[in-house]
Amino acid sequence: MTRASTRKSGHIRRGLFALLLCALPAQAQQAQPERPDSGEKIVSGLSQNRVSITASFDGDEILVYGAVKRDAPAPEGRMDVIVTAEGPSGPVTIRRKARVAGIWVNRDSVNVSSAPSFYAVATTGPLDKILRPEENRRHAISIDQLVHLEAAQAALESWVARGGDPDSVPLFPILLSEGEFIRSMIRVWSNEGRYRLLENRVQLTEQTLFRADLTLPSNLTEGVYRVRMFLLRDGYVVATHERWIRVRKEGLERMIFNLSREQPLVYGLVSLLIAAFAGWAASAAFRLIRR
Amino acid sequence: MQLYLPIAEVSVNIFLLLGIGGIVGFLSGMFGVGGGFLITPLLFFIGVPPAVAVATGANQVVASSVSGVLAQMKRKAVDFQMGLILLVGGFMGSAVGIWVFAWMQSLGQVDLFVQIAYVVFLGFIGATMLQESLRALMRTRNVNAPIRRAHTHSWAHGLPFKMKFRASGLYISVIPPMAIGAFTGFLAAIMGVGGGFILVPAMIYLLGMPTKVVIGTSLFQIIFVSAFTTIMHSVTSQTVDMMLALVLIFGGVIGAQIGSRVGVHLKAEQLRVLLSLLVVAVALRIAVDLLIRPDELYSIMPGVLP
Repeated sequence: MTRASTRKSGHIRRGLFALLLCALPAQAQQAQPERPDSGEKIVSGLSQNRVSITASFDGDEILVYGAVKRDAPAPEGRMDVIVTAEGPSGPVTIRRKARVAGIWVNRDSVNVSSAPSFYAVATTGPLDKILRPEENRRHAISIDQLVHLEAAQAALESWVARGGDPDSVPLFPILLSEGEFIRSMIRVWSNEGRYRLLENRVQLTEQTLFRADLTLPSNLTEGVYRVRMFLLRDGYVVATHERWIRVRKEGLERMIFNLSREQPLVYGLVSLLIAAFAGWAASAAFRLIRR
Repeated sequence: MQLYLPIAEVSVNIFLLLGIGGIVGFLSGMFGVGGGFLITPLLFFIGVPPAVAVATGANQVVASSVSGVLAQMKRKAVDFQMGLILLVGGFMGSAVGIWVFAWMQSLGQVDLFVQIAYVVFLGFIGATMLQESLRALMRTRNVNAPIRRAHTHSWAHGLPFKMKFRASGLYISVIPPMAIGAFTGFLAAIMGVGGGFILVPAMIYLLGMPTKVVIGTSLFQIIFVSAFTTIMHSVTSQTVDMMLALVLIFGGVIGAQIGSRVGVHLKAEQLRVLLSLLVVAVALRIAVDLLIRPDELYSIMPGVLP
């Protein structure tokens, strides 16, 4: 029980930290190292921290670059860097078709309480080789760590409420069957380019400088995108660092979107007027041409 | 050239959209159907989310119908009196349809319901029309074939509230057209279409209206039904994409003008054969989707099912 409560307060603290970083974007952002013995820190920058979605928007490229800051000579052990970019999360329903009376219909469905709309992981090597599973779970790095089942969360909460240890949750049978849904969702969204695993795509120079090129797709959702950087030593995360990218519709796109949300009736009437006018104009134009 | 759609939140090729608008507009002008039953599946296909496709399709149908009606009006081929009677029924039917749609949505099977509605209604009407129009076509080739009169007297002529429809040359009760209008409005609300593919054959075969008046009158009624749908969708689901509609409309109005001119040069029987073939093809396409095992069994939808 006590461990559960420390976990929760940790989340809150991380949330506050995130708010602070949002408020002071210009300040150099440095995160505390997870392993006290390393003494290494990440300093980083982004090629842009705003993405404007205009009418001609067709995806964008973001360069994430950084350096490892040390007070002492570099310690022994294999060093790796992981860069992730995460779009705004929201609830999602996964449905599976089954044959009923000869036709294929959506039969079973699973509710996901939260899944990121975009997620890219770039690494300096194969993810399962450079990152220890327990570190992956703690920092939620691979995509399957970020998709939260409603049922799984409820099961975890009831397990903890009954006095169970939150770090050794038993595999509930319901989760085993629903794992298939999560795997399928990740497969479908990977095919659509929403989820990307970019192994060996972080360039590391002289054990100090790193850079990663992230491509944002054209079907981007508006919101704040979180970029996380992890410095690893022998599979352990020794330093983390976060930055944010604001993705926002601009110009005509912004105007149309706002009108549709704030004045839906006016928006509908304007759409109709445009349609009616266009219909009349085409008719009139053709009459002129034929004359 | 890519265009980012603000409500659909996808980036699509602008020429592809112009092409889709143009083709649907062409058919709309030629046959007097709104083209909703074509544009919605085509938009799904290029990656526009279904809810946006249905709502924006309705908006595009308004434009192509206005353009089509204006072209037909110059040929005095619109029976406004009949159009208004159909419309009164149409609004009543569509109100009921919106209620049924919401009920199906709460059951979580609205997609299946819409697909089955497409297969059943498009399939039945398309097949019936094809049979009728082929027979008519054969008759024009073979002069000795027995002649069937366009409108024979039936029980419908015994109904009260008779009215003279001058443009159609009919003297019938207002009950059958109002009922047809209501049924069309009901289906329009459920399927997200204007309902022309039901109206056109219903007016020809059930009311016995002359084909030349049918197209303009059908378009006249479709303008109002799809305008109503557009407003409903903008207010309730906020899924009308103005940017998408604008490009589709631009292609569509030009297509509709060309279509209505081509239609003049075709014989009524030929026109009906072509329209029925198109309707049957769309019905078969959707039926195939329901019957064949899909490549991807899983689908992902933002939001949580109730």
